[in-house]
Amino acid sequence: MAEPKTKYDRQLRIWGEQGQTALEKASICLLNCGPTGSETLKNLVLGGVGSITVIDGSKVELVNESCVGQSKAKCVCTFLQELNDAVKAKFIEEYPEALVDSNPSFFSQFTLVVATQLTEDSMMKLDKICREANVLLIFARSYGLTGFVRNSVKEHAVIESKPDHFLDDLRLNNPWSELKRFAESIDLKVLDPVAHKHTPYVVILVKMAEEWAKAHGGALPSTRDEKKEFKELLKAGMVAMDEDNYKEAIEASFKVFAPRGISSDLLQIIHDSCSEVDSNSSDFWVMVAALKEFIVNEGGGEAPLEGSIPDMTSSTELYVNLQKIYLAKAEADFLVLQQRVKSILKRIGRDPDSISKAMIKSFCKNARKLKVCRYRLIEDEFSNPAVSELQKYLSDEEYSVAMGFYILLRAVDRFAANYNSFPGQFEGELDEDISRLKTAVVGLLNDLGCNGSTVTEDLINEMCRFGASELHAVAAFIGGIASQEVIKLITKQFVPMVGTFIFNGIDQKSQLLTL
Amino acid sequence: MAESTVHQSRSRDLDKLLLRPGNLVAPTFEPGAQLRDDLQEYARILVVGAGGLGCELLKDLALSGFKNLEVIDMDRIEVTNLNRQFLFRLEDVGKPKAEVAARRVMERVSGVNIVPHFCRIEDKDIDFYRDFIIIVLGLDSVEARSYINAVACGFLEYDSDDKPIEETVKPMVDGGTEGFKGHARVIIPGSTPCFECTIWLFPPQVKFPLCTLAETPRTAAHCIEYAHLIKWDEVHSGKTFDPDDPEHMKWVYTEAVKRAELFGIQGVTYSLTQGVVKNIIPAIASTNAIVSAACTLETLKLVSGCSKTLSNYLTYNGVEGLHIKVTEFVKDKDCLVCGPGVLLELDTSVTLQKFIDMLEEHPKLLLSKASVSHQATNLYMQAPQVLEEMTRSNLNLPLFELMGKVPRDIVHVTGTTSRDDKKASCLRKLCLVFKGADAVTDQDMAVGA
Ligand SMILES: [Zn+2]
Repeated sequence: MAEPKTKYDRQLRIWGEQGQTALEKASICLLNCGPTGSETLKNLVLGGVGSITVIDGSKVELVNESCVGQSKAKCVCTFLQELNDAVKAKFIEEYPEALVDSNPSFFSQFTLVVATQLTEDSMMKLDKICREANVLLIFARSYGLTGFVRNSVKEHAVIESKPDHFLDDLRLNNPWSELKRFAESIDLKVLDPVAHKHTPYVVILVKMAEEWAKAHGGALPSTRDEKKEFKELLKAGMVAMDEDNYKEAIEASFKVFAPRGISSDLLQIIHDSCSEVDSNSSDFWVMVAALKEFIVNEGGGEAPLEGSIPDMTSSTELYVNLQKIYLAKAEADFLVLQQRVKSILKRIGRDPDSISKAMIKSFCKNARKLKVCRYRLIEDEFSNPAVSELQKYLSDEEYSVAMGFYILLRAVDRFAANYNSFPGQFEGELDEDISRLKTAVVGLLNDLGCNGSTVTEDLINEMCRFGASELHAVAAFIGGIASQEVIKLITKQFVPMVGTFIFNGIDQKSQLLTL
Repeated sequence: MAESTVHQSRSRDLDKLLLRPGNLVAPTFEPGAQLRDDLQEYARILVVGAGGLGCELLKDLALSGFKNLEVIDMDRIEVTNLNRQFLFRLEDVGKPKAEVAARRVMERVSGVNIVPHFCRIEDKDIDFYRDFIIIVLGLDSVEARSYINAVACGFLEYDSDDKPIEETVKPMVDGGTEGFKGHARVIIPGSTPCFECTIWLFPPQVKFPLCTLAETPRTAAHCIEYAHLIKWDEVHSGKTFDPDDPEHMKWVYTEAVKRAELFGIQGVTYSLTQGVVKNIIPAIASTNAIVSAACTLETLKLVSGCSKTLSNYLTYNGVEGLHIKVTEFVKDKDCLVCGPGVLLELDTSVTLQKFIDMLEEHPKLLLSKASVSHQATNLYMQAPQVLEEMTRSNLNLPLFELMGKVPRDIVHVTGTTSRDDKKASCLRKLCLVFKGADAVTDQDMAVGA
């Protein structure tokens, strides 16, 4: 085995050692290893998940003639093992539907189950089993030029959500005393031109905001005219045209105008009923409870400081000093929050040191970016439909095709339950199947409370034309998405999708439906 | 026996799409067994790149009914490829990607023929690219995309009303990924924007100013780039830095650490040093799979017409939830690459040498070391040497005569140009109009008559 660090270098740059360790500890179960299932697992085996168990009762018809007639699970397993010998791969030759019925406790041994190409009935059963056993679950299905992916987990809380674009935490509109004092120690009107153009914009903006507030009864610029005037003042501070630090200050001036305090997303999390913690609460919610206390007390309405600053035009000395000031404040905030976590743990009867320092540190650093994802049970989504959402999607031009496919993907399962085959699966009955599918669609829409809504004839015809085919390119797409969701759920980094992803292979305008 | 079962079953799923009529399909769609057979027999597809996307593309295309594939890639397999380039094994490290990838797919999918080309894309004659029905791009560089784009658009001819001539259209399907993000696009030269029309989608990489590196370093990356770009040349006079030489990389790392300590800067690691110096783009299997699958599906749809086509640019972002967006970009009608060609007015007396000199000074072209071809004839070639010697005598002849005294025609020129201070190979299509030539030809004809 060659240095795994080198082998995984390109992904370690994304999810780090911690993410990789989580993947290597995970055991994944795959139900049905046709194109969709094997494509999903291929991406995970390459990335180095701990173990895979492939469950499929059918025999090989395609892939490679040397395998024809053998267990499909065995062949896929052998092929996947070839991709990465660090992964423990095994297979069970059994139909997943049978396993769901006969041995529900089987699934509790896994970290995550990927269930592909299942019909509604088995999906609902498996969903309940996994929910109760606290096993992560992802459904994936390819069907002609459509298909879907849907996660099912009671709750998935993310600390390291790693968003692409997020406003940095500079507190230019609300500086603490050390930052103010540091800014005060620097003269913006310094005569040395080299020093003038190497004053970091953070210092410029803190000082200018302070000056403005003094002249405006403590308020910062808020109207359009005031903001414009503030920028003019910044421009007037320049002594030469090439002063990048002043240009950066003008560009960053919106950070001064931004409202103080926490975002509405974070507000929602700290007011979630789970933040009233007891001995059953997860570490995440214990830390949220501590965060809530911090915000109203020491934080003065703000979350703990993140502690890092972006690169900006500056002399090395001023920049490094500024870095130290931000880092020191972040460390102080962390210590306060840690203390609060400890006393909450004590109060709910847990060991005060049971949440690691590293975990609390990461929580503080990412406090403004926390995410909580929750998923309905499939059965709930089916028996208790979100009628207004359904109707909204059906009548929205952007969403109506995806919504049509959602209805059709469910209607074909009803069809199959009645006629023992999918519409258009066999030659010769196409016209009859089209009218039967149409009836199934009308029935389903009625049951969903969407009487009067329709799915277009074109789409129904297309669905019959697809005839339950599993096209490789579609399977690779659906499998790719499913595997990426697996990675997000297991590493607890980035944000998994919430809702049902509907693939639209006709014009690629796929959509995520929250139902 | 076994073989025929495989064949039957592999096409069965695809048959539904290719053999049955549909409503939401391309106007050209003619379902039937003939279509399926033509797809297998005659559709030749070129995959450019045998890396993360290329491996996926070859597998997906082979499993989507295409039997005649070719792949071109100049790289050899590295250990860091193995987390996503699933056709490669540890024992393949050091071997050419194109060759191993072609062999592996042929081993697994019977009946598929894949011809590997282990070379640079510029090493191939332009005519090599003409033979493919579609060119699929799985690349990670702007320069390479730009080159193939120019080649494919170079085949495009316009009729007298400036409408693209159908038979000369060479479609491209292009994919790209970075971490959890990616794109897939369809380029139909003459109808949808080409790579160059929307070049702004690929902003040049931001470089640190040298004075920051030398005088006011603030970040770990500044220290690394100081060691890489300034200190290396100071110490190793004349020896070029090789990013693939671990000794060189270690030297840069050590120097960067020293500099960081001197300035009190945190965060220089060996991994970061490699990342900054080699400009490493993080890459994972799942995103490559998604983007390649979208590209393959579009290729299948373009060739068969079995469904609508992506119009024309899809972006995927899985960082926060899942975002897929389709944008219909519009063509730049003045595009130098996919438009009717840059119009140049010349005197009939202008020699080929004079013309080549003009290209270098032309503000829109700035093309140096140009080779010139007209239809299938090389008028002047800078390289290889044999061709240079063969065509050198043309330099002193009037271009008008070399081109058969037509008043107006297209020539293709290849050469180097600079983009963002970097030299790049480029291909341009020029539309030449000779002043007063109409009169001349009329006269010639009169004499002939
Ligand atoms: Zn163009």
